[in-house]
Amino acid sequence: MEEWNFPIEAGHIMMFARAVGDPNPVYYDGDKAKSGEVGGIVAPPTFVQASAQFNPNYFLRPRIGQPWFGSGKEPTSAQRAERAPSGGARSGGGAGGGGGGGGVGLHAEQHYEYHRPIRPGDVLTPTNKEGKSWERTGRSGHLQFNETVTEWHDAEGNLVVTARGVGVRTSGPAPSSEEKSD
Amino acid sequence: MALSASQLKVGDSHTAVVVDNLSRTQIVQYAGASGDYNPLHTDEIYVTKVAGFPTVFAHGMLTMGLTGRLLTDWVGDGRLLSYGARFEKQVWPGDTLTATATVESIEDGKGGQVASFTVVTVNEAGDRVLSGTASARLDP
Repeated sequence: MEEWNFPIEAGHIMMFARAVGDPNPVYYDGDKAKSGEVGGIVAPPTFVQASAQFNPNYFLRPRIGQPWFGSGKEPTSAQRAERAPSGGARSGGGAGGGGGGGGVGLHAEQHYEYHRPIRPGDVLTPTNKEGKSWERTGRSGHLQFNETVTEWHDAEGNLVVTARGVGVRTSGPAPSSEEKSD
Repeated sequence: MALSASQLKVGDSHTAVVVDNLSRTQIVQYAGASGDYNPLHTDEIYVTKVAGFPTVFAHGMLTMGLTGRLLTDWVGDGRLLSYGARFEKQVWPGDTLTATATVESIEDGKGGQVASFTVVTVNEAGDRVLSGTASARLDP
């Protein structure tokens, strides 16, 4: 796996906070944030998920010059077998997945432990560890769960956030809404 | 404006609507900000014709992000020690989500008092879409 970092940028935090509907000035207004308890802009609690932007191998982002499995002229522009590999979204702190492989990959759980707030200027490095795997048979067929633990360290080597994601892959086309969803 | 342990007791809860009539555009906005461009969330043709869902649906992480606001608005900035969620049901365009955090315990922890919470987010039908836990550092 190619090594990569997640550089924390104020503009990215602002866009992410907007996307999750959070107008708290601590996410975009440096002056207000400075006078508050945390003394400056910090990232919202789920922000490390946006590390996907910087993961060179992240498969749920169209690659320049390569076929994408979403619709274009046709409902999907990639052959089934060529579509997203199972569990491929793991590196980068998330679980989850895409279509393809005859089933659907979804994000079942996400857990974070915070060791200190993330701030603009931090450069975080992910270390991925495979977690547990388990299976379950549900109403929509066979479900395969895979856990990944990602530790995010800063440039000084201090642990900043520990992220544990669980992805689920179904064997059928679409899970019923009673079961795991993304 | 952090929570203070002396003002909080087990069983206290805080509830807020975290999104009203979720738009497809907000799902797109989350895709763009997070970098998760899975067409299940943004591509109506792919999701209906290939994946077999009735329409696009929100990223679980969007629901977790929306629900996170409830926590940080209540406990204060930079106070969370942990936050975890299980995605129980899909969230669809048009959904209105209401999140509730409830104090389960208040204990002495590293660096002061720590409150533990359960977190539940429901849609307008009252169905649970997210269940989780969180913990936060409190002022004395």
